[in-house]
Amino acid sequence: MEQLLSLLIGVLVAAAVYLMLARSLLRFLFGLILLSNAANLTIFVAGRLTPGAPPLVPDGADAPIGVVANALPQALVLTAIVIGFGLFAFALVLAFRAYQTLGTLNTDEMRVAEPKE
Amino acid sequence: MSWYLSLPLIIPFAAAIIAFLLRNSALGRWVSIIGSGLGLVASIALMLVVLDAGVLAGQMGNWPAPFGITLVADLLSAVMVLIAAITGFAIAVYALGDITERQERLGYHALFQILIAGVTGAFLTGDLFNLYVWFEVMLIASFGLLILNGGKEQIDGGVKYVALNLISTILFLTGIGLLYALTGTLTFADLALKVEEVENQGLLTVVAMMFMVAFGVKAAVFPLFFWLPAAYHTPSFSVSAIFAGLLTKVGVYALIRMFTMIFDHDIGFTHTILLWVACFTMVIGVLGAAAQSDFRKILSFHIISQIGYMVLGLALMTPLALVGVVFYLVHHIIVKANLFLIAGVAQRLTGSTEVYKIGGLYKSAPFLAILFLIPAFSLAGFPPLSGFWAKYIIVKAILDIQMWFVAFIALAVGLMTIYSMTKIWAEAFWKPHPDGIEPELRTLDNKAAQLIPIAGLAIMTITIGLNPEPLVIFAERAAAQLLDPTAYITAVMGIAS
Repeated sequence: MEQLLSLLIGVLVAAAVYLMLARSLLRFLFGLILLSNAANLTIFVAGRLTPGAPPLVPDGADAPIGVVANALPQALVLTAIVIGFGLFAFALVLAFRAYQTLGTLNTDEMRVAEPKE
Repeated sequence: MSWYLSLPLIIPFAAAIIAFLLRNSALGRWVSIIGSGLGLVASIALMLVVLDAGVLAGQMGNWPAPFGITLVADLLSAVMVLIAAITGFAIAVYALGDITERQERLGYHALFQILIAGVTGAFLTGDLFNLYVWFEVMLIASFGLLILNGGKEQIDGGVKYVALNLISTILFLTGIGLLYALTGTLTFADLALKVEEVENQGLLTVVAMMFMVAFGVKAAVFPLFFWLPAAYHTPSFSVSAIFAGLLTKVGVYALIRMFTMIFDHDIGFTHTILLWVACFTMVIGVLGAAAQSDFRKILSFHIISQIGYMVLGLALMTPLALVGVVFYLVHHIIVKANLFLIAGVAQRLTGSTEVYKIGGLYKSAPFLAILFLIPAFSLAGFPPLSGFWAKYIIVKAILDIQMWFVAFIALAVGLMTIYSMTKIWAEAFWKPHPDGIEPELRTLDNKAAQLIPIAGLAIMTITIGLNPEPLVIFAERAAAQLLDPTAYITAVMGIAS
């Protein structure tokens, strides 16, 4: 299972890098969200996977009994997803405003704040 | 008690909420100033406690480390929080004369306070994942501040800033995941213990490199600095100043924290890379500055070259070099923020920041000229100003381990810094204004609000310069803590290791 997810992470990163190398800002952003999902999956796999054993504490016990799934990476991933979602929403709106004010999403043409060529 | 640790965070958040609710009235700006003032008091209190105790640790929600959310203030954290609060207060006052009503209605003061909270949180946290969260708090606030004016330049600079910072964030997150896979913990103190037990030290170095790149983007080191000169000259001057003073320094702080406490297993490899990165950063930054002719662009490139000095001190990893880094951080934040504030006054007086298009400031506004000379000379390292001692300690540390070539670069870059400071001086201050304008300070709106923070920061520069001993002694204690984190670990984990 870990190997499968690792492969998936690799594919996601490859696709993300391909998209992010494109000139269009929108493609770059799509690449960014793939990359951020790859990072989330990395954290998930980092906690090692224990399928079919939810980390529940039975009645009367202080700790879960036996080998259970690691809950911490899931909490981290949840936080990371929420933050990533917020940032991505901002980035999308920024891209939209960039298209409105600059009239292009081609990053080669976005040179207003840069020195003259 | 953990109030000392949590108040510097609670105050800016509370101020942000109140300032947001009052954004349509003139009260909002006073909320921001009072909030920054209270934050300053809280960070002074924290500093006094830490000076006494050495390290102060608190577990939020009373979950013991390494499970709970840990806030830690050692001497380095405490001084960074204090300097951030001083700079924040100065800029909150300066905003009275700089921020327009339209920007206030869009929520400038709330974003500003959240930025301060994010920066403070990053300095105080004792946990890697929380560091990530604080980085995000800081980042989203800085995004908002950067594009607040909504002009073409801001949006263009904003796109590059957002894009590169988001990539670095994701790298950081991946690094966190991999480090957790290796050690099973994310609390700094626990990590410092657990990394020694990791069997595959080579893999640890790989993870260390991911952190180096992630924080390298934030700190704007070579070759990852391109977002900085593309963005820092576009927003309002208050925003530029707070970015220039604090944001890159959070990256430097994170590098120091990670590469002294946690990734010290293979110094020969990681710190040699840091050494070369630092040298290139210094040289490229100062050359970039020499090629620019915009007040703020020159200063932006100087941030990069100065970051090089700090990373250089970290790369050497000798006690004296780390003393130099702590001293440099304190000196640099004050001076750099101040120069951007002065650029704002110069722009309002003369109508531009393009140095070839302005002039005459020395003749008509001599007071401003003196205020500029202090931080400018300090930046270049003239005795007896603060920058001289900062550079002196770093160069002395290099000479002690006989790296002659690196010492030559450090000194040559200092000389080049004078060159571009003289360019600003000769063009903006000395020569007459090309359009015959004779800008006078009298004509400035809200003159006191703009000049008092500048003068205050300049006085701090002089004070540190004339009496560097207390800060050096303090930096020695802070550096000793960094090299031997036993006290830090004991304070967080509760047991001696």
